[in-house]
Amino acid sequence: MARKVNLDRRRFLVGSVAGVAGAAAAAIHDGELGAPPQTIHGSVPWKEGTADAPPGVSGSGYVFFTASEVAFIQAAVGRLIPNDPIGPGAVEANVPFFLDRQLAGPFGRGDHYYLGGPWPKGTPEQGYQSRFNPAQLYRAAIAEIDRYASAKLGSASFAALTAPDQDKFLKGLESGEITLEGSIDGKSFFAMLLQNTKEGYFSDPIYGGNKDMGAWKMIGFPGAHYDYKEWVSRHGERVPYPPVGFKGRPGWTES
Amino acid sequence: MATTLKPVDAVLVGFGWTGAIMGQQLCDAGLSVVALERGPWRDTATDFAAGFAQDELRYMWRHHLFQNLSYDTLTIRNNMDQEALPMRRLGSFLLGTGVGSGGVHWNGQIWRFLPTDFQTKSHNQQRYGKKSVADLTVQDWGITYDELEPFYDQFDQLCGTSGKAGNLQGKIQPGGNPFEGARANEYPTPPMAQTYGPTLFGKAAAELGRHPFPHPTGNMSQPYTNPLGAQMGACTYCGFCEKFGCGNYSKASPQTTVLPYLLRKSNFTLKTECEVLRVELTPDKQRATGVTYVNSAGEEFFQPAEMVILSAYVLQNVRLLLLSGIGKPYDPKTGEGVVGKNYAYQTMSSVNVFFDDKIINPFIGAGALATVIDDFNGDNFDHGGLGFIGGAYIAGMVTGGRPIEMIYTPQGTPAWGLEWKHAAAKNYLRSFSLSVHGSCMSARGNYLDLDPTYRDIHGRPMLRMTFDFTPNDHKMSDYLTDRAAELAKAMGPREIKLNRRIGPWSVVPYQTTHNTGGAIMGDNPANSVVNKYLQSWDVPNVFSMGAGAYPQNAGYNPTATLAALAYHSADAIKSQYLKAPGPLVRA
Repeated sequence: MARKVNLDRRRFLVGSVAGVAGAAAAAIHDGELGAPPQTIHGSVPWKEGTADAPPGVSGSGYVFFTASEVAFIQAAVGRLIPNDPIGPGAVEANVPFFLDRQLAGPFGRGDHYYLGGPWPKGTPEQGYQSRFNPAQLYRAAIAEIDRYASAKLGSASFAALTAPDQDKFLKGLESGEITLEGSIDGKSFFAMLLQNTKEGYFSDPIYGGNKDMGAWKMIGFPGAHYDYKEWVSRHGERVPYPPVGFKGRPGWTES
Repeated sequence: MATTLKPVDAVLVGFGWTGAIMGQQLCDAGLSVVALERGPWRDTATDFAAGFAQDELRYMWRHHLFQNLSYDTLTIRNNMDQEALPMRRLGSFLLGTGVGSGGVHWNGQIWRFLPTDFQTKSHNQQRYGKKSVADLTVQDWGITYDELEPFYDQFDQLCGTSGKAGNLQGKIQPGGNPFEGARANEYPTPPMAQTYGPTLFGKAAAELGRHPFPHPTGNMSQPYTNPLGAQMGACTYCGFCEKFGCGNYSKASPQTTVLPYLLRKSNFTLKTECEVLRVELTPDKQRATGVTYVNSAGEEFFQPAEMVILSAYVLQNVRLLLLSGIGKPYDPKTGEGVVGKNYAYQTMSSVNVFFDDKIINPFIGAGALATVIDDFNGDNFDHGGLGFIGGAYIAGMVTGGRPIEMIYTPQGTPAWGLEWKHAAAKNYLRSFSLSVHGSCMSARGNYLDLDPTYRDIHGRPMLRMTFDFTPNDHKMSDYLTDRAAELAKAMGPREIKLNRRIGPWSVVPYQTTHNTGGAIMGDNPANSVVNKYLQSWDVPNVFSMGAGAYPQNAGYNPTATLAALAYHSADAIKSQYLKAPGPLVRA
């Protein structure tokens, strides 16, 4: 059994007091919005057992993606970060599972996005202007991409294309040369998919990706290492520590 | 219907750096003070403990400490011909919220502006002619560096700033910044030790005849106890400052420097999850009576106060002035009015440096871990014939090696695929970045006002930002990026990559959270919202803190200057205003 740092201390907030946050038609989540009002007077209001520990994921299998969406995601992220002896691919790093849990959670719901209308088309400089939250955008965009593959490329789906054709398709989305139906901004979706894929690849393994810290090992990032004081003046030396995550690392379980 | 509370001497609207400083100063003078913060309570042990502080996904990319846009955002556009649309997710700047606000997740870069930066208009006119500022709306600040120096010093003492003086009482010191204004005292703690990248930068800069020095920093080089008795520990160079809270009590923040002292005072009360809706005025609009706020339980209160201190972020202060009818709103068509005028930003570019033979270890970093040159900042160099004013510092900086954000790949590398992965694997340990941190001059069409369409959850108009970089800033940035490229090449790398400041301002890529202006200071009510004590010309018991007071932005990080202005304001309130409440400067 792995030795774990116990991070499952009770989350600071809120769920149960959500109902009193009448001001907020806005959502309540993550320790940021809708906490009850506090009056602080006379001392620092530290409370035991309230650390705002990170919201790691658990379980296996998919809770957000449908089977056909899984096929798309595995194919697409496998092209964004392919596997080879230099380092893991996104599929091998468990990025599809990371994406599933992200989209099933607060990020998927757009918890930090402003999504109110009206929604005219903006300039590129005005950034994201969709009314969709990320979960809605993934769902709609994947369906449109598969429809495009079938209608214009004669393939059953994106996943059924050859790897070179998948690359071509992704480049088309990235540049905006391929436009999707149903008012889906393919370029915006591609940018989000690539960003989220890199997030799953390089974030702490508690979020479900970066399996065995393979992406960190590939580049030489020691992870959640806390103190480099002794290395500051050792110019040009390779820091020999293997990476460590919030829950430790595999080597810690061997004794 | 709002419940009226017991009157207080002063109410603080927002509780980041300036709120904490004003709270401490006014409470020490014996005033009863209530601070209203719309975000949550935050402390080191609870919210960013060392065991989980180094979480790039959660804090940077999921915005855990930043303003939540689903609750409040602003609208943005590049010019008056466009329709402003909401900023639907954070990008260009990462707004703070909660106790400590941006003071929790800043880098700790502590800069003083140059003496000439306070005379942008008159100094440049005098040296380069009237034409040099003709296309801009730059102004003098109405205050001088010498007036502010003791208050800069006060902030250094509070933070324990680590650095090396370059100009002590007029005498140039080896190892410091020879271009800085004279300082009365050496920094409270010595500079941080420099890692390999900044060291290589410093060597190259010296070989080119520049004047490298260690970046002044609120990341502690050694343990420090400040005048309020707050203790900070030595930085461990973990590389998670900017966008993160420090789990090690090593970065100066309201939490580490002021709160342990202030929260114990019996005449101070902090209320969190309380958003001020407006400042209430007497019918003749000559005086504020207090503020109306709503808490997260939906209850509305009126807090009467003798003084109202707007100590929220720039964008909130300006919005509250506009919503409350304090001061005349700026009209870019006529140039009349002042509230919202001269919004400015920071003009950023960078140069990535790639080595084959040198391991940089970018993950050994800190928010202000850098060797810097100031040879091309402000008016430290001759601008004759260059066609622009202003400048930038150039820093060989390693704030960290957080891999989602900070993997540099050579020119022409695609953003994904095997080629990207191989470039990431090859270059991560062997590259770093020179940062070009440029000024931003104000111009007629860059301003803040209230949006005609979009409203917040309280039904109030959102703030509208109209902004683009001026030709002056583009020229400045190109010139400075070329200077950085010379330095990068002098380091003997395999290759470099220039990331120039190209095209219109975009909200998408992160640049800096150095928004300035809109509640600018000056020497008379026709050109400014507040006087040199940050006191409203129109409603003299309202004070507006922060970088909103900057008539334009210099080529430095803004925090130390806004802290010094807050101390300067507090000093005048204590020594003059309390004896005779009224205008501190006659119009």
